[in-house]
Amino acid sequence: MEKVLTRNIGLEQEPTNLKAYEANGGYQGLRKAMAQMSPKDCQDVISASNLRGRGGAGFPTGMKWSFVPAAEKSTPGHRYLVCNADEMEPGTFKDRLLMECDPHQLIEGMILAAYTIGADISYIFIRGEYIVAIQRLRDALAECYGAGLLGENILGSGYSLHMHVHPSAGRYICGEETALINALEGKRANPRAKPPFPQVSGLWGRPTIVNNVETLCNIPHIIDRGADWFKTLGLGEDAGTKLFGVSGKVNNPGCWELPMGTPIREIIEQHAGGMQDGYQLKGFLPGGGSTDFLTAEHLDLAMDYNVIGAAGSRMGTGTMIILDDRTCPVGMVLNLIRFFAHESCGFCTPCRDGLPWSRQVLQDIEEGRGQPEDLETLAYQVRYIGAIGNTHCALAPGAMEPLQSALKYFYNDFKQHISAGRCPYH
Amino acid sequence: MSKSQMIQTDRGSVLTAQEIAEIDAELGHVPYKSGAAIDALKIVQAKRGWVSDECLQAIARHLEMSAEELEGVATFYNLIYRRPVGEKVILFCDSVSCWICGCDDIKQKISAALGVDYGETTADNQYTLLPVPCLGACDRAPVMMVGDDLVTHLDEAKVKALFGDVKVEAGGDQ
Amino acid sequence: MPTIFVDGQELQVNDGENILEACLNAGLDLPYFCWHPAMGSIGSCRQCALVQYQNEEDTRGRIVMGCMTGVTEGARFSLNAENASEFREAVVESLMLNHPHDCPVCAEGGECHLQDMTVMVGHRDRRYKGKKNTYRNQYLGPLIHHEMNRCITCYRCERYYKDYAGGRDLGAQASHDHLYFGRHEEGVLENEFSGNLVEVCPTGVFTDKPFLKQYSRKWDLQSAPSICTGCAVGCNTAPGERYGKLKRVHNRYNHEVNGYFLCDRGRFGSGYINSDARLDYAGIKKPDGSFMAVHQQQALTTAASWMQGKKVVGIGSPRASMEANYLLRELVGAENFSSGFSDTDSDLMAAVLKILKTTKASNPTIKQMETADAILVLGEDVTNTAPRAALAMRQALRNKSFELAEQIGLPKWQDAAVRNLAQDQLSPMIVVSAMDTRLDDVASHCISLAPDQIAEFAVMVVEAMAGEAVADKQAKQVASILQQAKNPLIVSGTSMQHRGIINGAVAVAEALISKDSNVMLSLCVPEANSLGSAMLSKGSKTLSQLVSTVADADVLLVMENDLERRLSAGQIDLLTADGTQVIAMDVLENNTLGASDMVLPAASFAESEGTLVNMEGRAQRYFPVFQPAAERLASWQWLLKLAAETGHKSLSKLQHFDQVVAACAESQSDLAGLIDAAPDHSFRDRGLKIPRQTHRYSGRTAMNAAVSVHEPQQPKDTETPLSYSMEGLNRDQPSSLRPYVWSPGWNSNQSLQKFQAEVDGPLKGGTAGKRLIVSSSKGAVSKAPKSTMEMQPHQWQLIPVHRVHGSDELSVSTDEIAELAGYACIALGSVVAEKLGVDTGDGVCVSVDGEEVSLEVQILQRVAKNCIGFSAGYGETLSLHAGSTASLSKDTNWQRRSPQLIASDRTIADPVIIDGGSAHV
Ligand SMILES: Cc1cc2nc3c(=O)[nH]c(=O)nc-3n(C[C@H](O)[C@H](O)[C@H](O)COP(=O)(O)O)c2cc1C
Ligand code: SF4
Ligand code: FES
Repeated sequence: MEKVLTRNIGLEQEPTNLKAYEANGGYQGLRKAMAQMSPKDCQDVISASNLRGRGGAGFPTGMKWSFVPAAEKSTPGHRYLVCNADEMEPGTFKDRLLMECDPHQLIEGMILAAYTIGADISYIFIRGEYIVAIQRLRDALAECYGAGLLGENILGSGYSLHMHVHPSAGRYICGEETALINALEGKRANPRAKPPFPQVSGLWGRPTIVNNVETLCNIPHIIDRGADWFKTLGLGEDAGTKLFGVSGKVNNPGCWELPMGTPIREIIEQHAGGMQDGYQLKGFLPGGGSTDFLTAEHLDLAMDYNVIGAAGSRMGTGTMIILDDRTCPVGMVLNLIRFFAHESCGFCTPCRDGLPWSRQVLQDIEEGRGQPEDLETLAYQVRYIGAIGNTHCALAPGAMEPLQSALKYFYNDFKQHISAGRCPYH
Repeated sequence: MSKSQMIQTDRGSVLTAQEIAEIDAELGHVPYKSGAAIDALKIVQAKRGWVSDECLQAIARHLEMSAEELEGVATFYNLIYRRPVGEKVILFCDSVSCWICGCDDIKQKISAALGVDYGETTADNQYTLLPVPCLGACDRAPVMMVGDDLVTHLDEAKVKALFGDVKVEAGGDQ
Repeated sequence: MPTIFVDGQELQVNDGENILEACLNAGLDLPYFCWHPAMGSIGSCRQCALVQYQNEEDTRGRIVMGCMTGVTEGARFSLNAENASEFREAVVESLMLNHPHDCPVCAEGGECHLQDMTVMVGHRDRRYKGKKNTYRNQYLGPLIHHEMNRCITCYRCERYYKDYAGGRDLGAQASHDHLYFGRHEEGVLENEFSGNLVEVCPTGVFTDKPFLKQYSRKWDLQSAPSICTGCAVGCNTAPGERYGKLKRVHNRYNHEVNGYFLCDRGRFGSGYINSDARLDYAGIKKPDGSFMAVHQQQALTTAASWMQGKKVVGIGSPRASMEANYLLRELVGAENFSSGFSDTDSDLMAAVLKILKTTKASNPTIKQMETADAILVLGEDVTNTAPRAALAMRQALRNKSFELAEQIGLPKWQDAAVRNLAQDQLSPMIVVSAMDTRLDDVASHCISLAPDQIAEFAVMVVEAMAGEAVADKQAKQVASILQQAKNPLIVSGTSMQHRGIINGAVAVAEALISKDSNVMLSLCVPEANSLGSAMLSKGSKTLSQLVSTVADADVLLVMENDLERRLSAGQIDLLTADGTQVIAMDVLENNTLGASDMVLPAASFAESEGTLVNMEGRAQRYFPVFQPAAERLASWQWLLKLAAETGHKSLSKLQHFDQVVAACAESQSDLAGLIDAAPDHSFRDRGLKIPRQTHRYSGRTAMNAAVSVHEPQQPKDTETPLSYSMEGLNRDQPSSLRPYVWSPGWNSNQSLQKFQAEVDGPLKGGTAGKRLIVSSSKGAVSKAPKSTMEMQPHQWQLIPVHRVHGSDELSVSTDEIAELAGYACIALGSVVAEKLGVDTGDGVCVSVDGEEVSLEVQILQRVAKNCIGFSAGYGETLSLHAGSTASLSKDTNWQRRSPQLIASDRTIADPVIIDGGSAHV
């Protein structure tokens, strides 16, 4: 298979090396767009490519961009492009790779995206802990400003764009795009109510697009090589390639670029090398900590948004977390809920107070104090917190996904904890 | 000068010219002064290890915000420290992949070696141990950051190599 | 008007409202916390959930938040669907996780919105077994008590305090379930409207601290509809009494005046009513200068003997009711009467009255001020002179953001979204003043000019609007801003004691009218009944005129007026010169009483009835909350009795309050409306008087058992339609008679919506009060008499600086207000301070005409050239007058004073460490 997003990864040169990036075809998409494509042309290509957001929700990127009001219909002022490089979803480790190993690819994608939507300022909102990535992005930005790829009149096209790196002060909710916007504004990162969507009123009240790192990294290639080419990369319905990852007790945990629609079994057994000796696969979260568990019976499904959705989970970020037979599912869910409860922004009640309540019940069960009625309480909490719309943003419903599916697939484990008065895995 | 000494001298001091210059550079990237609030907090913290009340007030004044507004921002985020921390902060990942790969055991070993629990600083002021959500290195679990460095594939040997000869009493309650 | 369906019921709803509002308007009980009618929606508490269905076939629907969902034609909802009720119960159950369940000792108990909602959703059994989070409380000053453990994190406090009232020193801190609402450090809440936190917080986090010291449950309070006497805005209040003490003051909704909010002077400034400085008995001065206490009748007989057949002159008061002032005027005759204004105020008030009667601009209600899209303030620090009006002006500045919101189809009630969209964009407001005002923070332009120049500036604006060549760039800019506005508002007033400024304001307004715009002109006046007093002063004398003839008089009657605040020391000496017997009646002891020959204890506003005319010319009636202690009488009653005792021709026929009102209303055509300020004593609601006590009022038979075991009869109220009892109905009364709000299931003040015709709209019982002043729209005189002060080097012009806490005569006799008022100050710009070599807290000698006072220095942000400010209305500064010139020198003997605020209940020495501050440390 052709490597697209990771073609520069593993090269000998320094990752920030503009020369090496260009030598390998870098900034061709940008040069092409600046020389011969209007923003509308770019928009059409991206819409036609069927690129879907890689940040977790899988929203079609072209459609998202098309909601930005036409410049002549909107009040004059800045427009912003923001790259979401917060990557704090437990079990997710793909954007780090893209930024540390090929920062120019992201920058090129961002310039193209900004050009398309008419943005004049862009920010990379990145996890503060990603020290190496921050440094490499900053170095790469400096190279770009030096080479006329950023700043005023990019490549003589008349288009100007500024780009800044904003390292986060750390909270998972900053990954939610409207919370991220508040964080960029220097405020408390509570999510905003939608509508209005950021495309209309985002950063500092201006039209804003927020895209994931991986989404943006796809842009240069699509512009350069066209929508049709991009669509041929996927094995199934979804277009392009995707970074898939596996963590947990497998022989070769890691992250690989594979075609969209690659079967789960192939990812786990071939690329991740299968389960470690003495461990059996009991279940897995297909796309990070806020997706529903799937089990061995789902191994032959393709990693496609709709396929995984039909199976009752979400493709999320495409980085899987494997639950093995010697790890306690209750403990795993407790670990996740503890994370979500702590990372709640505290704005809305079901999340702020409901998640600690679930955490308490799970902790009681895990530590042997569970009561039979606790299972009912958990189911009640899933109904209460788990539906989109019950809460102000998607954090809390995401938090309930592992719990709700664990209650479905691992109900016996919960019951055993309660009847035995202890965790059977210890 | 070590950071611990800086903290001592911090009482009553205001922002240094260097800090102000760095904050002002950030102001160029945002349309409102308060937009640089988080950057400013991080700049000051990078120099002093944490953000004292005095610093918080000084930053707020510089950004034309009220201390309350800035306090609201500072206390919202995990990585802004409003209490003193040691020379290096250990950000120990306790999220799901690391947990599956046995981070609880490793955490106990670190605690035993350093004599501190989460939220505490070693008596020699070298380390403050804090939990951190998933560090995005799950394929190399368990992991942690010590200062700016990512340490992966943690096991007993690595803990020993890093902290093994640190022999200190439990630090003050932070 | 869209039609929607709620549980099958068809409802006609208002365009653009949200479904929570629609449900409340339909009388449905949909619980909520974070939404507030004046502050809109943010969707944080998730309490107002209901189910929305796609269409008729959809049987599952999905949960939506009522406050975040706009109504659309044909939309279908259910309140009663099982998942909706389960969800709402779950929300309360989670809010209760950390709530301390301390209702029995909580000041909110019995009027707690959280209690009401808990019962409403049916939450009873607790399933959570974990530990509760606990927090440290902060010292927030003498007015507000903080009890964080009770917080349910609805964000209302922060939104009210920061977003609505413009405060900066309270906010949300930390995150997840460690959220904390407080200050950065302990200390006095700085905002003048902090007291509304008490009513905005749906539970007991922010409570009324003075009330806590003498606490009673809401249901044990006896209340009456009242009017705040703190300033001329005339906010409607609901004071509560028990055991003969005024316990607290709550807001009483008046759609056109104060809406939901009061200022802190209004809420907390009535404590003086319980003060030891109240007179208990009438007194007659003995030769040794001390007073002999006498009974009412003896005082009356003696006074009558002094007065009968003698020349009697009277001084009324702009802080006393229309009825009392009218009676005094009639008793002594208009030619022997002075309204009691200082001479300058007298001039200014006459001018204001004339302007209001003739201007083509409309005189807005406070609510209408909120509709302004551009504001020009001339010379007034409105926050300190008419506080509630300033709060309305702050809201008006948001009209710019509503305009932007409308462009993208965003409803007004989407509060956070509208703010995010608009960021710092506000409608323009130009503040032209001699120094800092408390609206500077939101002004688009602050222009610092001395009073004469403010007047001149206004003239230049007028000239610029007329297209004349004006050199002043700012004047041109202001002219164009105002001309572009659809609803410009001009605000000025008397506080600078400068006629030219007021004339300037009128001139600007009138010039705009000729440009065809919908101009509002609002003039702030000094006291609760200043405008009413001005209306009553036809044919009467100014104070100086009265003083100069007082030697010819045998008796001087002074009513509710501390003349020290209006006259010079020399004039006061004249008044009390030998030969004239002075009889003074007042609420609190003061130097005028001290210098009198007889004193009569007057009932306060809370113990009497009366009508006040506010700055918009609205006559509003207050009613006694409780009966005055034995020997006190309302001033109108003292005067009626004196009239009877002296056999006054017409007045001795009057006996009752309503008769006085009627007589006053008949006396002058513009007072005819007084009768309509509120229904008279004969009003009955379904045959019953209106009860001042709640139907749960407890201990009625036993509350005085410590004094006497005999059960006293309930006092009778023969003067008003209210009764001192609990028998009666609490429904549909005329708004001017509603003592408190309560509705089954709604024990908190949120029950108000049951009394509103629609959410945030007028009350079902009509809007209380009656506008007396209607403009003839002839166009007001607008020629400003030009006066320019020539300043000598090292001479400064004195500018009065008004303070919510400190400048008002009566409220400052309340301990908490006195604590906040601090010392009188001299306010300097930093340049002058530097020249004098002084800093904040140092002393400066201010000398005017050879008289010297030393005052503490306060440094201001902006001060007009040659101007210095002095705290107006403070005892220390009574000798200083607006417009005089003063010279300054550093007071080298000055002892720096420690801040006056005594944090008596401040127990925590170290700074508060918030639980979970930075979550990981
Ligand atoms: C609680 C929460 C956390 C999120 N964290 C991230 C994140 O770290 N990175 C990311 O790209 N998207 C994250 N998202 C999704 C973003 O809100 C948004 O959908 C995404 O950045 C859009 O980019 P895309 O269209 O390119 O996928 C998060 C969403 C939620 C609700
Ligand atoms: S669900 Fe609510 S509390 Fe949780 S993170 Fe989202 S907005 Fe904040
Ligand atoms: S009142 Fe609707 S969410 Fe709070």
